[in-house]
Formats: sequence, structure tokens, C-alpha cells
Amino acid sequence: MSEAAPGALAGIRTDHHAPPGFWRTYVFSQDHKTIGIQYAITALLFLLFGFTLMMIMRWQLAYPGQSIPFIGKFFGDANAPDGVMLPEFYNQLGAMHGTIMVFLGVVPLAVGAFGNYVMPLQIGAPDMAFPKLNMMSYWIYFVGGLTMLSSFLIPGGAAASGWTSYAPLSVIATAGQTVWLFGMICLITSSLLGSVNFITTILQLRAKGLSFMRLPFFVWAQLVTSFLLLLAFPPLEAAGVLQLMDRLAGTSFFMPSGLVVSGQPLAYTGGGNPLLWQHLFWFLAHPEVYVLILPAMGIVAEVIANNTRKPLWGYRSMVYATIFLGFMSFVVWAHHMFLTGMGTVISSFFQATTMIISIPSIIILTALFLSLWGGSIRFTTPMLFALAFLPMFGIGGLTGLPLGLAPADIHLHDTYYVIGHFHYVVAPGTLFALFAGVYYWFPKVTGRKMNDTLGRIHFWLSFAFINGVFMPMFIQGLAGVSRRLYDGGAMYSHAQGVMHLNVFMSICAWCLGLAQIPFIFNFFWSIWKGKKVSANYWDATTLEWAAATSPPMAHGNFATTPEVYRGPYEYSPPGNAADFLPQNQPVEAR
Amino acid sequence: MQIPYTVEPRPDTGVYNAKLGIWLFLASEVMLFGALFSSYVLLRVGATTWPHGYEHLNIPLATVNTVVLITSSVTMVMSWASLALKNLRKFRVYMGATVGLACVFLVIKGFEYAAKFEHGLYPSESTFMAIYFTLTGLHGLHIIGGIVVNCYLLGPGSKMWKTDPARFTNRVEIAGLYWHFVDLVWIFLFPVLYLL
Repeated sequence: MSEAAPGALAGIRTDHHAPPGFWRTYVFSQDHKTIGIQYAITALLFLLFGFTLMMIMRWQLAYPGQSIPFIGKFFGDANAPDGVMLPEFYNQLGAMHGTIMVFLGVVPLAVGAFGNYVMPLQIGAPDMAFPKLNMMSYWIYFVGGLTMLSSFLIPGGAAASGWTSYAPLSVIATAGQTVWLFGMICLITSSLLGSVNFITTILQLRAKGLSFMRLPFFVWAQLVTSFLLLLAFPPLEAAGVLQLMDRLAGTSFFMPSGLVVSGQPLAYTGGGNPLLWQHLFWFLAHPEVYVLILPAMGIVAEVIANNTRKPLWGYRSMVYATIFLGFMSFVVWAHHMFLTGMGTVISSFFQATTMIISIPSIIILTALFLSLWGGSIRFTTPMLFALAFLPMFGIGGLTGLPLGLAPADIHLHDTYYVIGHFHYVVAPGTLFALFAGVYYWFPKVTGRKMNDTLGRIHFWLSFAFINGVFMPMFIQGLAGVSRRLYDGGAMYSHAQGVMHLNVFMSICAWCLGLAQIPFIFNFFWSIWKGKKVSANYWDATTLEWAAATSPPMAHGNFATTPEVYRGPYEYSPPGNAADFLPQNQPVEAR
Repeated sequence: MQIPYTVEPRPDTGVYNAKLGIWLFLASEVMLFGALFSSYVLLRVGATTWPHGYEHLNIPLATVNTVVLITSSVTMVMSWASLALKNLRKFRVYMGATVGLACVFLVIKGFEYAAKFEHGLYPSESTFMAIYFTLTGLHGLHIIGGIVVNCYLLGPGSKMWKTDPARFTNRVEIAGLYWHFVDLVWIFLFPVLYLL
């Protein structure tokens, strides 16, 4: 790794305009890098907030009915009289934890932040294709986030019907659900604008010589992700509109005839179909799973190629697998609905497609594993997170197979096994990859590297505790403990044998929270005090490292328009002095 | 460093940025209305009784509206063609006609809505009325969006004709593609809701 040489900050821009003011530079900026940073900070804060909701819930699960220490008195009598959490409040926390983590935390960080900052640099573009649209995407996301947060303050509290918002329960829920729907429509609109921008940018603004098979895998992952967002989100928007009509105009899209609640017939004409909501919701929410995982795979591929100092094994098969994955993700949604009584024929179809879609994921994961073979691995902090991603995502993926088989799903459906499964995919899977991305691209954004000792502390503690949280969930789930139980299952006799695990899991969750303190400290400390490093600190080959360190916060990323001469991962090429050959380095005349 | 391909097409993809962008946006719109039409099918198949559209809805008014909207699509193309022929005055006439026809459509739609409300037919009346109001309402919002964009191109937006005529012509083309899509949605809505 190279150290910063004096005056190494090459690539100063030559096309100076009048400098824009403070607001245009830092707040309403149209520059993809600023917007990426805005996304990153907002999304990281939402992740912390969503995680905090869960840490509060874990108290109720570990010690049902006991007063929450220290912070319990701040929730008010409507939510937690004498600090004891009410079931309604527990449901709000659960629904908002899911919503915030998925739609306000992970996706904006994976796509909005990394995609925005890194992707245009990796394809050698001066900016996104539509800078104003990019700014709009961020601010609509921001408004959607504030809308979601504000729902905690209205009478009746936030949405409490789970992040899936199944009808008819969600239709008759308190006003928080209406706010949730408006928030979701903002977030969907933001994602749609963003995905139009991403696809156009990747297809139109690639540098000269950057053909599709020379694109870094991260760019491929962003491209397929954007297509998923573009085509899967509108049906949820339609479903949101229909549910809003049900709630506000008294229609019965999702309300069946003859519904009786608490002994009272409801004032709906009926004739609707609650399953319709589930179909529309999962038509988005299954591709959404791949929206969560593909950018993470992209980051891991970049970090692994860079730190093994050899090309990715099977780059082409990874690309084809990703494209196939994108197509297949549209025809697997109803494997979330095996128990709804939609019929065995339909179940068989979705069971088959679900087994098929596991193949491309396995191809990608296998290629990443094989990429390690024979590499001279540098165990840098981002590499540790990327390496941990592989087995963690493996556990998450393999535990999903029984859920995709209708007979096994009858036993496992809606148990803690499901919670364990998808958290292994998203938490130690995607989140670890995102941490890898933060550590990996931090030197590009700030010109300084994050502290390695703190990074290692952060990694090992997180790794230990996150497994402590989620591994026991498989045991509880196999024992038949259902999810979304206010007391964690304490009222059921069949759950008694595994109840003691709740205390262990909660303590691990709180320790996991503490383990993020080194990261938060490291993040801010390194911005101002971290060790200064050169523009290509990791000796990487892709184009973002050809741009100046901490590129200026205005259009224009490269001192000269870059041209690409080779594939993305030319590490340790034979007959080259350095062990890497950047994409933009011209071929020397021989 | 300027963003390339804002006006001229990129050789290997054959389109300029905004044209690709609008096609992608329209793809998402297809999914939006596709989901709503699918919901319509699912609800209708599952319903015990389903009224024929012509029992509740006014077919003559809707037919007039269909003609109005198709005509507006024609004038939209003419406005773009006028720009291609470097005739800003004719562009103004045709674009004005497009906006005018769109307003006529909304006024007729307003009469239809008012008649329904007069007879006490609200979205909560039946699933049929619910999907009728949702689909036509959402389509109406798209019409309003188109009017806003077209008014911008007719008014302040047309200043770009002096500075960057090629780009302005592209903008009108993009707005036209969107407008034809909105027209096309109505072509589907009309038989599905009124005739079937």
C-alpha cells in the first residue's frame, strides 16, 4: 500500500465556474458525490435508529412485563405506563424496525450512498445522467423518512401492522398506517427516480473503452438492482394507493365480505380480496430481497479482488448469474404465501422457481469463495468484513431452502426460524458488506483511512455478538416459537424449553449496540484525524481510484476524460512491475 | 467536464440520455397500471356479481373523451414536427391545442364524476365503483402532470429554443412520449371499465 507523497493530490479541475454557495454545495447539491454522502449519513442514522427500536423490543422479549430500566419513563403513559411496554407499542416498534431497516437504512445505504458515490466514478462519468433528478431522489427520500418518523408522535402511534402491512388488519389500524402509506409512496417515488437515473447513467455515460464485460462487478450489481427497483416497486405503489383508498375513501379492495371485529360487523361493502395485498406486496418485496443483497455482493467482489491481489474467479459467470437472478426474482414471490390457501398447484410452481433461483446465488458465492484460492490475502479491515460476509450469507441462503419447500414451510412459517434466516442474509450478510464498503471507500471520500485497530475491535465484537443474536433464533423457530409475539412466546407451553435463549439473545443485541461505538468514534475521528493517504491507497485497478482523492464537490470527477484499456481486475499480471494494472493505464508499446 | 449525450445520441446505444430515461420511466408506469389492471382482473374474477360498465357509466361522454385524447396526441406530434421544421409559431399553436384538449378531457371527466356523486355513487359504493374511481383518478393525475409539463414547455421552457434548439426539440419529444403513454392508458381504460 502506498503512502501519501507530498503534492500527490493530482487531478485538480481545470473548468472552474463561479463557486456555488453553501446551500448549493452542501445541502441542495446536484453533485453525485455530495448526494452519496448525504444518503450515507442519513441512512446510517436511520440504521442506528431502527436498531435502537429493536434493542428496546429485546428488553420486553427477555424480561416480559418488567419495567424498562433508565429509558422506560420517557415513552409516555400511552406507550409504556410505568416503563412497562404495552403490546400496541411493541407492535409499533416491530413494524417500524422492519420498515426503517429495509426502506430507510439498507437500501439507501447500498444503492443511494454507495451506488451514487462509487458507480459514476467506476464508469468514468463526470456525474449522474440527471443531476437534478438525483437531488430530487434524495430529498423525496428524506421527506419520506421524516414522515415515517413523525408517525410516532400522532395519536395512536406509528404503524403497527408489521413491515408487510397485511390487509385487512392494516386497513382497520390506527392513523399511523395512513402516515406509513404516505411515507412509503415518497420512498417508492424516490427509488423510481433513482433507478431511472442509475440505469441511464450506466448505459450512457460509460467511459471510452469500458464495454459491458469490462464493468466492475459492483456496477453490474447496481444495474440489475436498479432494474429490480424500477419494475418491482410500482406494483407496491399501486397496492399503497389501493390501501389508501380502503382507509380514506371506504372502498373494499382488500376487505372481504362479512368481516366482524370485536363482535361488530365492519362498515365495509366487502367483496375485496386480502390475498391481493399479499400478492402485490410480495411482488415487490421478493425482488427487494435481491435489492438488499446484490449491491452487497458487488462491494464484496470489489474488496475481495483487491485484497487477494488476483482477478475474480469466474467474472463472466457471476455477471450472467446476476442477470438471471434479476429475471427469476420476479417469479418467486408467492413462496411467502404457501400457507394462505392459494392452492397446491400454484405452490408447486413457486416452489420450483424458488429452487431455481438459489442456483445463481450459489454461483456468485462459489465464485467469490474460489477467488480466495491461491491469493496472497491482505487481511485489511474491509477484507475482514468481506470475508465474514461469505459464510454469513451462506448460512442465510442455505437456511432459506427449507422455507422455499412448501411442506417444510408449513412447520417453519412465521416462526423465529424465518427471522433468523432473513437476518443472516441482511444483517451479518448485507450490513457486513456495507461496513466493508465504508472502510474500503473511506480513503477515497475523505483522503484519510480509518483506524485499523478500532476497525478490528468493531469487526470481531460485531461478528461474535451478531451470531449470538441470530443463531439461537433457528433453535427457537425449530421449536415452534412464532414471530411477533409480545412476550416472546412465554405464554405457550411448547416454547418453555427455549425461552431462556431470549435473555442471551437480548444481551448479545445490546452488546452488538455497544460494539458499534468503536465504529462511530472511528468514523468521525478519522474524518479529521485519520492518517492521510494517497489517491489509490489500496493499489486498486478500477476507475474510481484514478480520480483525485476526495474529488471536488461539483460536477467533474476526472482531470482528463479517462479511457479504459482492459478488464476491471488485472491484479498480479505477469510481466508487470507492480502487482496491479489500472483499467485506464495505456498499453505500453513493445 | 460536461455530461455527454444530453442532445446527440450515444453511438452504441442509439439514444440520448433523456430518451432512455423516459422509456425507463414509462416501463415503471406500465408496471404501475399493470398492477392495477391485474387487481381489477383478480377482483372481478373473485366477485359474485359484477355490474356491466354501461349500466353505471356514461359511454357517449367517454367516447367523446377518447376522441379528444387521441386528437391531443396528434397535435402533440405536430408540435414536435413543427420544431423539427424550425417553426416556433406553429409549435405554440399545436402545443396550445394539446393543452386545451387535455383541459377539455378533464372538464368532461369532471362532469362524469359530478353525475356519479349526484346519484350517490361514491368509491365505497361497490368494488366496481372503487376501481373505476381509482383507475380514472390516477389517470387524471397523469393528465394533470402532462398539462403542467406542456405548459412549462409552452411558456418559460420555450426560452431554450433561442439558446439550445436541439435540446428543446428533444424535450418536446420526451414530453410527447409521456403524453402518448397517458393516451394509451386511456385506450385500455375505456373498454375495460365502460364496455366490458
